[in-house]
Amino acid sequence: MREQIPAAEPPVVRLRGLTRSFGPSPVLNGLDLDIRPGEFVALLGRSGSGKTTLLRALGDLDQDYSGELSAPTARAIAFQEARLLPWKRVWENVALGLKGAAPRHRAEAALREVGLAHRLDAWPATLSGGEGQRVALARALVREPDLLLLDEPFAALDALTRMRAHGLVEALWKEHRPAVLLVTHDVDEALLLADRALVLEAGRITLDLPIGLERPRRTDLQAFQELRWELLKALGVELAPASPARSEPGNVHLRLIDPDVATA
Amino acid sequence: MASQPVTPVGVEPLGSSWRIPPRAISPIVLLLLWELGSRTGVIPPRILAAPSAVLSTFLELLASGELLNNLMVSLGRALTGLAIGTAVGIALALVAGLSKRGEVAIDPPVQMLRTLPFLALVPLFIVWFGIGEVAKIALIALGVTFPVYLNLYSGIRGVDAKLVEAGRSFGLSQWGLIRHIILPGAMPGLLLGFRMALTISWLSLVIAEQINASAGLGYLINNARDFLQTDVIVVCLLVYAAIGLAADGVVRLLESRLLSWRPSFVKG
Ligand SMILES: Nc1ncnc2c1ncn2[C@@H]1O[C@H](COP(=O)(O)OP(=O)(O)OP(=O)(O)O)[C@@H](O)[C@H]1O
Ligand SMILES: [Mg+2]
Repeated sequence: MREQIPAAEPPVVRLRGLTRSFGPSPVLNGLDLDIRPGEFVALLGRSGSGKTTLLRALGDLDQDYSGELSAPTARAIAFQEARLLPWKRVWENVALGLKGAAPRHRAEAALREVGLAHRLDAWPATLSGGEGQRVALARALVREPDLLLLDEPFAALDALTRMRAHGLVEALWKEHRPAVLLVTHDVDEALLLADRALVLEAGRITLDLPIGLERPRRTDLQAFQELRWELLKALGVELAPASPARSEPGNVHLRLIDPDVATA
Repeated sequence: MASQPVTPVGVEPLGSSWRIPPRAISPIVLLLLWELGSRTGVIPPRILAAPSAVLSTFLELLASGELLNNLMVSLGRALTGLAIGTAVGIALALVAGLSKRGEVAIDPPVQMLRTLPFLALVPLFIVWFGIGEVAKIALIALGVTFPVYLNLYSGIRGVDAKLVEAGRSFGLSQWGLIRHIILPGAMPGLLLGFRMALTISWLSLVIAEQINASAGLGYLINNARDFLQTDVIVVCLLVYAAIGLAADGVVRLLESRLLSWRPSFVKG
């Protein structure tokens, strides 16, 4: 069963009229968003729609926005490209900037949690892509954030490794209960992990879809399929006349493609 | 023949006890031809001493302590100049690389000065510092400063901004960013600069010791020139070469220590 969070609880993230422009036309245009404590939210949207821009504002990497933004101070980001320091060993990367007692000990515990206890002293250059992403995840988790920001952390992984990473993220989230904002292009990923899926378009949230499926989730359920169609429609993906045969479990791994590219 | 000797796989059966590596053959042949030329008088000793004569002179100079004493004087000059030049280069690059104002103040004049071949400054240095030790060390230090500055500065500027941003997002202070991200990221540039600095310090030592010296390898060479002792000259040249080789080894050692995280050094 999905855990019920009382609606009365104040949101951990609150955005009102968030606007951010790089040129004449705004990328984020009066965006409103609330995220409750411990809520897992997936953010979708076509390439260039401003997902990373929103995430950077939430992560305090960008202050040049207008509007109202409140987010917890305990927040951590796992970047798409891992961004490990190549000259620091794996555990030192995780312990980077860590305050408080026994940073090494905590870093090692976090690495054990993501299944990398045997690579503590490795150089990042020797890690596989998936291992690097897990280090990035450990580096974010070790800060015990109230808000965990994940920018397409699994985009570079192969399908099998990604499935394993999904399981890992879900387990870690259940254990530590941070609010999560996961940016992804993968509709199934959003539906498997999130309590809520958002679609960002023209600078605003144009769809806020609650996902009330029981966990652990399966892609082959009718309810899952229906949510998938709804999400894809909101993302502007036109599919051939709905033929159920095309959505057999495991047969299609739908990935949102930039419509510009798809029609080319 | 009852028992045929068994040849292990991958080992050539030919001359197992004294085999010459193929790449050593032509230098040895040249050396032999040179010796032959000297013995037959084709190469007179005042043009070039025979290899055997060079060897015995080397041993003589070594035994008398003359070689080592003068070598130490030369090494002292080179290392002093190297230390001063490296320190100045690092200091300038840090100021220029880490602050906008420092860049505006330091980079333009240094970029202008570096277009000047620094060896052309010898006459000016003699006017300023005389023909003593100061001029020699100043020349070496000046030559060393530029490669250290240029490579460290561009190393600092070349550090991936995304890593700096990540560091900031993980709560590093300004000093933490410099210490954990910018300086280690600039280390390959610094070592490249240092490698060039070693070569330059050695090269400018040779030039500086031509100015006027009462000790050092350059002094030995100048003396030998006056007496047409080509054997002594060749010995000194070989010592110059050996030191250059050793310097290269030092840099390689430094690199494998300081850049052990690099994929090219990482093993397994
Ligand atoms: N620093 C910047 N300077 C200028 N334009 C920028 C900058 N950062 C982002 N943009 C522009 O803002 C828009 C949104 O970019 P953003 O990176 O947020 O997209 P995204 O939704 O994350 O896309 P993707 O899915 O491809 O990662 C793009 O058109 C991009 O070109
Ligand atoms: Mg993005």
